[in-house]
Amino acid sequence: MSKGGILEVKNNDPIETLRVFFRDLLEKEVVEVLLIPKKLPSGDGYCQTLIRDPEMLVDVNPLAPTLPVQSARIISHLTITDPGRKVGAVLKSCEIRAVIELVKFLQVKLDRLILIGVDCMGTYEPSDYAKMSRKKGEGVSITVGLLKGAREGKIESQDGYDLRLACQICEYPNPRNADIAIGLFGYDPQREIFIQLRDQLASELAEKGILAISEEESASRDQVIERLIEERIKRRDEVFDAFRSGTKNLQDFMDALSTCIRCHNCMVACPICYCKECVFRTPTLEHKADQFLRWADRKGGVRMPTDTLLFHLIRLSHMVTSCIGCGLCDSACPNALPVATLFRVIGQRVQGMFDYTPGRSVDEEPPVATFREDELQTESGSF
Amino acid sequence: MEEFEPRIIAFLCHWCTYTGADLAGTTRQQYPPNIRIIHMMCSGAVDSIYVLKALIDGADGVLIGGCHPGDCHYQTGNYKARRRVAILKEILNQIGFTEERIWLRWISASEGKLFADTVTQMVEELKKLGPNPLQKLWVA
Repeated sequence: MSKGGILEVKNNDPIETLRVFFRDLLEKEVVEVLLIPKKLPSGDGYCQTLIRDPEMLVDVNPLAPTLPVQSARIISHLTITDPGRKVGAVLKSCEIRAVIELVKFLQVKLDRLILIGVDCMGTYEPSDYAKMSRKKGEGVSITVGLLKGAREGKIESQDGYDLRLACQICEYPNPRNADIAIGLFGYDPQREIFIQLRDQLASELAEKGILAISEEESASRDQVIERLIEERIKRRDEVFDAFRSGTKNLQDFMDALSTCIRCHNCMVACPICYCKECVFRTPTLEHKADQFLRWADRKGGVRMPTDTLLFHLIRLSHMVTSCIGCGLCDSACPNALPVATLFRVIGQRVQGMFDYTPGRSVDEEPPVATFREDELQTESGSF
Repeated sequence: MEEFEPRIIAFLCHWCTYTGADLAGTTRQQYPPNIRIIHMMCSGAVDSIYVLKALIDGADGVLIGGCHPGDCHYQTGNYKARRRVAILKEILNQIGFTEERIWLRWISASEGKLFADTVTQMVEELKKLGPNPLQKLWVA
């Protein structure tokens, strides 16, 4: 069960109000260190910053609409060995879902981690954000612009820049599994922000005078979120349908990925691809010269580098069951291939086979790590 | 024109299907010579990497052989193989590559005849399917 309270926004400035809230969390030792997006000195974007000194909270923006890296990987580094202190981490919904998956793969330990989730309006490509920021100058006007849609759940693109496709089709605008959830949907963030807390944290925050627990939740919040999710699902299905009808046969599928140069950027950006010794970084798939020449002999010629199709299919077969759809693979691709859509489209059916929703709960075993004796049976006993 | 002879890469588990294949030989079962056997310790050790690599490099079919459910020497390897193959087949289905080129079969150490019959049947089916289209593609 969880409890909640309303954070009164001072001077119509939700970002500053949240900064004060986080300063309280640090100073009153609810958390001992805090991972939170902080504006880069250049102003071109935000980076996750591990903050110990409350003075460093200048220019932090928990609602920053960019996702330059998947913080689940950072969380893995911070918790895989005991950090020895309570680490608070301000994360978007997709980052928390990736954290949940990594817990199951033993890459994250939750023991000293306080997950602080934020309602997410969506994120811009880092390069788009830099351009917007340079045009608009310093400040948080891009974030505030997006927040205008929080109350009604109507998020509009700004200055001709679209949110990342993965965000446009994301069905999880509000975080689940967070210890502290910053609620914006259904509220006017110029006036108030809803903070939802796990029971134990609720009493701690009340005792320390950080937040009055009121149990009140805006009547419209659930409806606003539900409507937003419905819209996102509609958009998602359009994107999926378009992808499916464009890749009906093997040739079309290969054409869709034909400009892949096998740079492995999508793999590096992926929070789920956690293997320390990845098969693509071992000699397993390295070939000697005579092998390439034999392929050239047999086929008349062979594209170099080889194994681009193999790369995507192996990645799919290894981790599509746990793909949480953050879309960072899309952002990482130098040739703008629809990698994220590919993973989400195929993931939808593969995850569906096992009724598995990645990131939903730490108690659900990933399909590749378990089995049922009575499943997948055919007449001949095998298939 | 010469008749198409499919090439099958088989990953057989040490404890059941590989031994079953051995029995097929010692009992002089006849089956077509289209199969290249790779000896694995367990069907659960067959990563999709190797199945995909075989298919993309032009194998016409891949046979994975393991112990019957409940009989795995390592208790659960064959159940894990079954899930892995199911996932792989679903992925291949969605990209328009026929999953019928991948066969997972439970063949025990005493089922030499079943092994021979399986290979015979698989060769027949693959002949109907024709050569793997990836064999000649220079961009794959």
